[in-house]
Amino acid sequence: MVGLEHYLTVAAALFVIGIFGIFLNRKNVIVILMSIELMLLAVNINFVAFSSYLGDLVGQVFTLFILTVAAAEAAIVLAILVVFFRNRGTIDVEDVNVMKG
Amino acid sequence: MTGVDVQILLPEILLAVYAMAALMLGLYGSKDKMTGLLTWATAGLFVALALLIALRGSEGASAFGGMVVDDAFARFAKVVILISAAGVLFMSQDYMARRDLARFEFPVLVTLSVIGMMIMVSAGDLMALYMGLELQSLSLYVMAAMRRDSVKSTEAGLKYFVLGALSSGLLLYGASLVYGFAGTTLFAGIASTLTEGEASLGLLFGLVFLIAGMAFKVSAAPFHMWTPDVYEGAPTPVTAFFATAPKVAAMALIARVVHDAFGGVPGDWAQVLAALAVVSMFLGAVAAIGQKDIKRLMAYSSIAHMGYALVGLAAATPQGVQATLIYMAIYVTMNLGTFAFILSMERDGRPVTDIASLNQFAKAEPLKAMAMLILLFSLAGVPPMLGFFGKFYVLKAAVDAGMVWLAVAGAVASVVGAFYYLRIVYFMYFGAEQEPVESRMSPVQWLMLVGVAAVMLIGVVNLFGIEPIALQAAEALLG
Repeated sequence: MVGLEHYLTVAAALFVIGIFGIFLNRKNVIVILMSIELMLLAVNINFVAFSSYLGDLVGQVFTLFILTVAAAEAAIVLAILVVFFRNRGTIDVEDVNVMKG
Repeated sequence: MTGVDVQILLPEILLAVYAMAALMLGLYGSKDKMTGLLTWATAGLFVALALLIALRGSEGASAFGGMVVDDAFARFAKVVILISAAGVLFMSQDYMARRDLARFEFPVLVTLSVIGMMIMVSAGDLMALYMGLELQSLSLYVMAAMRRDSVKSTEAGLKYFVLGALSSGLLLYGASLVYGFAGTTLFAGIASTLTEGEASLGLLFGLVFLIAGMAFKVSAAPFHMWTPDVYEGAPTPVTAFFATAPKVAAMALIARVVHDAFGGVPGDWAQVLAALAVVSMFLGAVAAIGQKDIKRLMAYSSIAHMGYALVGLAAATPQGVQATLIYMAIYVTMNLGTFAFILSMERDGRPVTDIASLNQFAKAEPLKAMAMLILLFSLAGVPPMLGFFGKFYVLKAAVDAGMVWLAVAGAVASVVGAFYYLRIVYFMYFGAEQEPVESRMSPVQWLMLVGVAAVMLIGVVNLFGIEPIALQAAEALLG
């Protein structure tokens, strides 16, 4: 029987993979975008699992909002990435270093 | 029913309609030629709305089943947000036009992010919170990358996006846990599950994730990594905007969430906020010392200031919230004045942000140097200026709440932080002999700089009556 805790465990694992993907990845900015998407999807699994467990629709409504915002986010970051590529000629993570912080 | 709801949300709806109309006008009209007009119109609309909101009745109301709350607290924050956004627009117009940045998108983006902030401060539900936060953040990402042909600006946009999206992810994960363990996303509903004065482990995890996500947005250490780079890379008017309105909105959001939703368990979040406050104050004070770029310095300065504002929230009392509101209002005013000056710094027609270029500035422009001196003293918290009273209120709130150690830490950090503000003053008055930077100001910028400096001195009398209004706002939140 697959219960709530299984879903939560999967979601937590995906979320952590997403976070690690952002910090450990040294190669490509696109991979960071994929990691961010992974985090948001993990959250969605959480919401839907809780929603079904509680018998309450709000969680699924929230999920739809998150999906919409994630799409808008992807559009914006790809636009920024295109102008960045025009300026630098690369999208390697190691080259995002004109300013040292 | 719906009519009343819409009426409560009227300022936001008006702004949204205006933003879309302005976008259409810009697209199908004469494009960038009307930027000046749009900027002034937007700023004027902000001021008008601020007046409208300030003059509304004092009773609280909620709309759409509690999703949106309109109380004295939200109104206070909204007025500060609108006025500061209008201030930034007023003083940025000249800079944008001269630096070939006058795009009609800028006022539109500012409007959209202001709508997001207004939703944030009056959110009564995790969903409204998230949508407001994202509307604000997405507009800010685009604004950071406004100068499309500059490596620094686009890099700032990219960095801001990655860390901002990470923080949104953390916040959402927290929201999902809170939803799961409280069974609702309404703040009032979450609060009602905490009646026994104890939160379940799942709720606590959710709360911590929520606070971490929001701490990113106020750039409190240890979630501050994006701040210096974004401040340095973004065009200066955009930096000025980042340093003012979004900070107020995010700080008000933290206050809203911890008091409205988690007011029943103050012990659980007060410690987290106090820790964030201490780290921010010290990191902001110490890391700013070695900075050579004035925009980076202002970034660390804002990190430190957010630390002080969090001290007020960590006190978890009405006085604490009041102190935080006063602090944020003063902080925004000081930053507007300081950025009016930074916007004007140039050499041979090119903008400079090097601190060393201010050497001997006082000889060239005594009045501006004097205004800047007052502002820097105020930022440092030297007694006769308004900035001191901001710090005094938050530290007093901490002492009254029995957190003497926090107040002591704040005082120590403020002494350390005074060093780098005074260093700029030293450069301006006693720096090495060299050709000082030029300061070309539009009348609006001049008025902003000198006016704010005057406010810092005159405000000592009664803080412009802001004190009882802030108390009313704090009581609306906690009552």
